[in-house]
Amino acid sequence: MTTSDIAQGDKNARPLSLSGHVGFDSLPHQLVNKSTCQGFCFNILCIGETGIGKSTLMDTLFNTNFENFESSHFEPKVKLRAQTYDLQESNVRLKLTIVNTVGFGDQMNKQESYQHVVDYIDTQFESYLQEELKIKRSLHNYHDSRIHACLYFIAPSGHSLKSLDLVTMKKLDSKVNIIPVIAKADTISKSELHKFKIKIMSELVSNGVQIYQFPTDDETVSKINTAMNGILPFAVVGSSEEVKIGNKMVKARQYPWGVVQVENENHCDFVKLREMLICVNMEDLREQTHTRHYELYRRCKLEEMGFTDTNPESKPVSLQETYEAKRHEFLGDLQRREEEMRQMFVQRVKEKETELKEAERELQGKFEQLKRLHSEEKSKLDEKRRSLEDEINTFSKKKAAAELLQGQSFNTNANLKKDKDRKKSPEMEAKDVNLTCDEATNQNHNCCFRNL
Amino acid sequence: MDAIMLQEKLVERLLCPRVRTARRKVKNWNKQYVGFATLPNQVHRKSVKKGFDFTLMVAGESGMGKSTLVNSLFLTDLYKDRKLLNAEERINQTVEIIKHTVDIEEKGVKLKLTIVDTPGFGDAVNNNECWKPITDYIDQQFEQYFRDESGLNRKNIQDNRVHCCLYFIPPFGHGLRPVDVEFMKALHEKVNVVPLIAKADCLTPNEIKKLKDRVREEIERFGIKVYQFPECDSDEDEEFKQLDKELKECCPLAVIGSNTVVEARGQRVRGRLYPWGIVEVENQSHCDFVKLRNMLIRSHMHDLKDVTCDVHYENYRAQCIQDMTSKLTQDNRMESPIPILSLSTPDVETDRLIKMKDEELARMQEMLNKMQQQIHDGKDQ
Repeated sequence: MTTSDIAQGDKNARPLSLSGHVGFDSLPHQLVNKSTCQGFCFNILCIGETGIGKSTLMDTLFNTNFENFESSHFEPKVKLRAQTYDLQESNVRLKLTIVNTVGFGDQMNKQESYQHVVDYIDTQFESYLQEELKIKRSLHNYHDSRIHACLYFIAPSGHSLKSLDLVTMKKLDSKVNIIPVIAKADTISKSELHKFKIKIMSELVSNGVQIYQFPTDDETVSKINTAMNGILPFAVVGSSEEVKIGNKMVKARQYPWGVVQVENENHCDFVKLREMLICVNMEDLREQTHTRHYELYRRCKLEEMGFTDTNPESKPVSLQETYEAKRHEFLGDLQRREEEMRQMFVQRVKEKETELKEAERELQGKFEQLKRLHSEEKSKLDEKRRSLEDEINTFSKKKAAAELLQGQSFNTNANLKKDKDRKKSPEMEAKDVNLTCDEATNQNHNCCFRNL
Repeated sequence: MDAIMLQEKLVERLLCPRVRTARRKVKNWNKQYVGFATLPNQVHRKSVKKGFDFTLMVAGESGMGKSTLVNSLFLTDLYKDRKLLNAEERINQTVEIIKHTVDIEEKGVKLKLTIVDTPGFGDAVNNNECWKPITDYIDQQFEQYFRDESGLNRKNIQDNRVHCCLYFIPPFGHGLRPVDVEFMKALHEKVNVVPLIAKADCLTPNEIKKLKDRVREEIERFGIKVYQFPECDSDEDEEFKQLDKELKECCPLAVIGSNTVVEARGQRVRGRLYPWGIVEVENQSHCDFVKLRNMLIRSHMHDLKDVTCDVHYENYRAQCIQDMTSKLTQDNRMESPIPILSLSTPDVETDRLIKMKDEELARMQEMLNKMQQQIHDGKDQ
C-alpha cells in the first residue's frame, strides 16, 4: 500500500466503543518498561564565562560531585570539554553527558568564540546523520551525543546582556534549545533582579533570539509551564558546601550578613530550574532536539549535497533515483574533465613545438651571420698578410742592395785609411761605436784591429 | 580599642599638623622662643585658602558597579541622567571618555573633584587595544601640563592630570583575565593604578581571600606595577604601623557600593537589602569599602598626587624631551630651543665627521713631512 492509501484509510476510520476491557491501555507501561530497561540519555551544554559557576551548578543540580577542575583565564581560544557519567535514581538509569566551554569570553577578540560551539553542535548532528545514512545501522544502540539542552549563563551585571551573549545566542537558537540562566544571582537584590530579567527578555525578543519555551500543549503540565515561561531567565545560585540551618544540613552559601539557601524559593530560582529541566521537561527537550533542530540540520545538509524531495516538475523523487542521477552526473563530469585535460595537453605540446622551431630558426640565422663575419675577417687578414709579405720582400731586397753597396765602399775605404789613420782613428772608433748595423760593425772592428 | 575609632583617631592625627621635637639636644641651646614651629600651621592655612583638586579615573566593564561606588565614596549622586546602551549597540562600541567635575566642601576645605569615566571599556566583542583612548587621554593631560609648565605665564596652570585610576576586577572569575592584564600593563607607568574587586557581595570570606591571593600573585607574575602605599616612618605609632600593614595585606580591596539607604541594626546605613540579610557598605567585616575610602580620601590622597607629579609626570617629561632632542639632531636645520640641555644621547653623526677630519689632518701632516724631507735631501745633494 502506498502512503496515500493509508491516509485515505484514516479519514474513513470511525470511532468504535468497546464492550469490555481489552487491555491495550497497558501500552504506555510497556513503552516505559522498555525504555527503563534501555536507560535514558541526556546531554547538556553549559556555556558561560570562566568562573561563572557552570560546574558548581551541575554539581548542585545532580546532587553529586563531578570533579571538575578550575580552568585558566588565559586560554587562546574556546574549547569544549565533554564528560559522560552514569547516574541512577530508583530503577532509572541515566547516561548524562555534560559539555562545558573552556575559555569562553576570556579572549581579547571574541569574534570567533561562538564558532567553536556551533561547530561542536554540528559535529554531533553530523555523526547522527552519518549513522542514519549507513546501510547497516544500529540506531537503537547508538549513543546519542546530540545536545538536548543548552544552559547559557548570563553574568549578573544588573544592566543588560553582554554583546558577546547576544551574538552567541543568535547563532545558537536554531541549533539547540537555549535556556538562559542568571548565574551567581546572590549578588542582585530582588528589585534589581526584576528589572534585569525584564531587560534581558526584551533584548532577546527585539533581536529575534528564540529561546526554549516550555511546552504548553499538554494540559497536565501546561499551567506550570506557562508560569515558568514568565519567570525566565532563572536566577540561580549553586553551592557544593552545606550549612547547618535549624537541625538540617542544607546546601547554602554562608556570608557575614546571612546565609543564602540554594533550595529556598525565596532566595533563588534553583528549585524551579531543577523541576523544569529535569523533572518535567527532559523528555520534551530530547524530542524537540530530534524533531526540530536535528531535522533542520539534516534538511540543510542534504539540500547542500543536492538532494531534493521534489524535482522541478513537483513530482516526488525518491532517494535512489537521486543517487543514480547524481552518480551519472558525476561520471559524466569525470569524463568531460578527462577530455578537457587531454585536449589541453595536446595543445600545450603543439605550442611547445612551435616555440622550439622558432628557437631553432633563430639559432640557425645567428650561426650563419657569425660564419659570414668570420670569413670576412679572414679575407681581410689574408690581404694584410700579403701586403706585409710584399713589404718584407722589398725591404730584404733593399737590405741586400745596401749591403752590396757597403761592401764595395769598404774596399775603397780601406785604401784611404792607410793614409789618414793617425788622425782619424779615434773618430773612427767613435764612429765604430755608433754604427748599429751588425755586419758593418763586425767588419769595421776587424778593420780597426788590423789597423791597430 | 575599637578598630574604627582607632582608625579615625590616627587619621585625625595625620590631618592636623604635627610638631616634631628636635632630636638632638644641642649644648648651650638658647631656650628662647624662635617661632618656626608654627610653619605647619601656616602651610595648613595657605592650603585651605588655595583649595585642592583631585582627578580620579574609574575603569572596568559595564555593570561592575563603578558609578555606584563613586556615589558611595563621595556621598553624592554624580550620574543622574545616564543612558545605558543595549547589548546590540555595544557589539562594536569604542571607549569614550566622560568627565564629571564637582566642587565639594567640608569644614572649610574645598575640593574640586573630577571623575573620569570610561564607558564602553571591555564591552565590545573585539576588545583589542580598547585602552588606547584612555592612554591617549592621560598622555594628552600630561602634554598639556608640560606645555603650560614650559610657558611664560605660569600663574594659572590647571592641573588636569589623572591622579588615580581605580580598576574594577570582576569577582565572577578565578583571577585576572587577559583584558585586565593588558589594561593594567598599558597604564601602570602612566598613572597610579589601584585594583579593586568589584561586587564583593557575591563572594564568601574564604572565596574573597582566595581571589585576593590569586590576583596578588598574578599581578606579581605579570609584572604589573600597581600603586604601592608609602612605607610609614619608623617613628610612627605601633598602631598606625599595624593599620598600614593590614592595608597593604588587603590589596586588592574588595568593595561593595550602594545608592540606597536601608535600616539595619536600628540605624539607617548605606546598604543592599537581600532576602537573606542586609549588606552594609560601611561595615568592615562585610567589605573593604571603609579602607578604600580612608586610603583614597583621608590618608593617601596627597601621596597619590605626589606620585603622579614626581614619578609618572617626570617620566613622561623626560621621555618627551629625549624624543624631541633626538629628533632635532637628525634635523640639523633647527637649533635646539633648550640650549642648556646637554645631549645625553651619544651623537653618532658628529663623532664620525670628527673622526674623518682627524684622519685627513693626519694624512696631510704626513705629506707635509715627506715634502719637507725631500726638500731637505734635495738641498744636501
